[in-house]
Amino acid sequence: MTDPTLKNIDQDVVKEEARKARWSVLNEFWHYFSANKGAVIGLCIVGFMILMAVIAPVLAPHGPNVQNRDAFLTPPVWEEGGTWTYILGTDAVGRDMLSRLMHGARFSLFIGVVVVTISLIGGIIIGLVAGYFRGWVDALIMRVMDIILAFPSLLMALVLVAILGPGLVNAMIAIAVVLQPHFARLTRAAVMSEANREYVTSAKVAGAGHMRLMFKTILPNCLAPLIVQATLSFSTAILDAAALGFLGMGAQPPTPEWGTMLAEAREFVLRAWWVVTFPGLAILITVLAINLVGDGLRDALDPKLKRS
Amino acid sequence: MLKFLLNKLVLIVPTFIGITIVAFGFVRVLPGDPILALAGERGVEPERYQQLLTQFGFDRPIWEQYFTYVVGLFQGDFGTSIATKRPVLNEFMTLFPATLELATCAIIFAIVIGIPAGIISAVKRGSWFDQLTMGTALAGYSMPIFWWGLLLIILFSGILGWTPVSGRISLMYFFPQVTGFMLIDSLLSGQPGAFQSAVRHLILPTIVLGTIPLAVIARQTRSAMLEVLGEDYVRTARAKGLGQLQVVGVHALRNALIPVITTIGLQVGVLLAGAILTETIFSWPGIGKWMVDSIFRRDYPSVQGGLVLIALIVMVVNLTVDVLYGLINPRIRHQ
Repeated sequence: MTDPTLKNIDQDVVKEEARKARWSVLNEFWHYFSANKGAVIGLCIVGFMILMAVIAPVLAPHGPNVQNRDAFLTPPVWEEGGTWTYILGTDAVGRDMLSRLMHGARFSLFIGVVVVTISLIGGIIIGLVAGYFRGWVDALIMRVMDIILAFPSLLMALVLVAILGPGLVNAMIAIAVVLQPHFARLTRAAVMSEANREYVTSAKVAGAGHMRLMFKTILPNCLAPLIVQATLSFSTAILDAAALGFLGMGAQPPTPEWGTMLAEAREFVLRAWWVVTFPGLAILITVLAINLVGDGLRDALDPKLKRS
Repeated sequence: MLKFLLNKLVLIVPTFIGITIVAFGFVRVLPGDPILALAGERGVEPERYQQLLTQFGFDRPIWEQYFTYVVGLFQGDFGTSIATKRPVLNEFMTLFPATLELATCAIIFAIVIGIPAGIISAVKRGSWFDQLTMGTALAGYSMPIFWWGLLLIILFSGILGWTPVSGRISLMYFFPQVTGFMLIDSLLSGQPGAFQSAVRHLILPTIVLGTIPLAVIARQTRSAMLEVLGEDYVRTARAKGLGQLQVVGVHALRNALIPVITTIGLQVGVLLAGAILTETIFSWPGIGKWMVDSIFRRDYPSVQGGLVLIALIVMVVNLTVDVLYGLINPRIRHQ
């Protein structure tokens, strides 16, 4: 019979070692990630956007949909006629631009999270099944993915929204469907390159079932490219949702979604530059920041690109 | 090589069938009765309803309907537009040159600026030029192009008054469409000022549509060049005393261009998706705007036909790029 205290100590040591190993992995990751200045700046901006989205209801000077009949198209504070009440001016029905932009951050980030989650989970499952089982299952799945990819993404999303009906939720579903094949293809490729490795064979010999092999043995080793793709898809999702909103097929007015705000502002393009400029700038900055983070993640996670 | 080509062609058949199933299914899964949707708000009498049901073949089994649909496609029957009562294929062919002209200008714009910018960035890696170019490229890649278009309109049409806001040519000019390409037709018409007007109308849409491909091409050229510049044969070329221009231009560029050409080919989908937004902003009478309008008008036969035609174009271009890639890449050619 073994000494119970010794067993406890052993376990503690094991736990401690595991913790250390995790830390060193994180440290190494941060080392590579922080070498990319742009990525760190991008991360700061993304952090700022998240903060703004969270505290928008507290911090925003006005309600996002509160109209002021005395302040239609008020210019920003530094322009002639601007006031400190409306720092970034007001839109055509007297709503505060700054407050709407801050609330818009919630929608954009929400869209990104939901779309990426749906397409990531869907793509991983489909890609795992295709890459693991191969044969006709693989052929069938990949042809379906080819078909989705044969249509230009925005067109496919537009048609899907036409079927489902305009609105934010349907737009998100449509974009997720369109983005999903990228994850499926990536997962499939990664699984195929991992499936014949020795550790997989040994797990198979040890009696692991299909589910365990797919999700516990192979999947964790395929995550790096998926994380990078998820970041890039996050920005694509925001852009596409804004484009659908702009075309009148996404979030519906008076939702302060940035693309929808741009659509409402279109007719004032030559009269009030601020109602057009700020929502687009918000989209650009957010998407740019996320893409910067994505580039940094790719540099840090892809061993082939490291130090190249 | 022949085997390579055949393999590619075999893969296209299931994709084509899939595209037709999607387009065929699209109208079937739409909420509501297709006949009532066609009839509009006035409604339709029961006898006429039955008659239409038979006329459109909705009373036959679904697989038979699909079969008839595909046979129709091969005979050039892509349906009839509800809005204009004209065959969808005719509509598409009338509008397609406008999109093709715009997309061609956009991709030329992207290539002419993107490839040199990428090469110089790679050669002068880490310089201020490289950092500026790659920063700009990332911004271009992240650009919501519908907003970019509006900004350019504010600046160049609103403040500076240099370019027109919308359309393909000034309303002053009228001439028959020979080729459908405004640049060529305006020259053929011989009317003074017509060509200039067409060019001025093209500038902003070209920039807007070309922005994302430009960014992608510049980034891809840079990374392809960087990879090639580290190869042994480039070192050999330098070692034998060739000048920088010859090393970069002849030895490195030819090999770096292979992945770049693939990237350019892949931009076709991006261009067609971008055309939807660009054409909407600039009221450009092409297929992108037509698709959006058709969706809003609930002109589903047009949407259905447009979907198949656009997917076919993307598919054919991708196949061409694949084959081209095989032709210029000796590693694949000699497999």
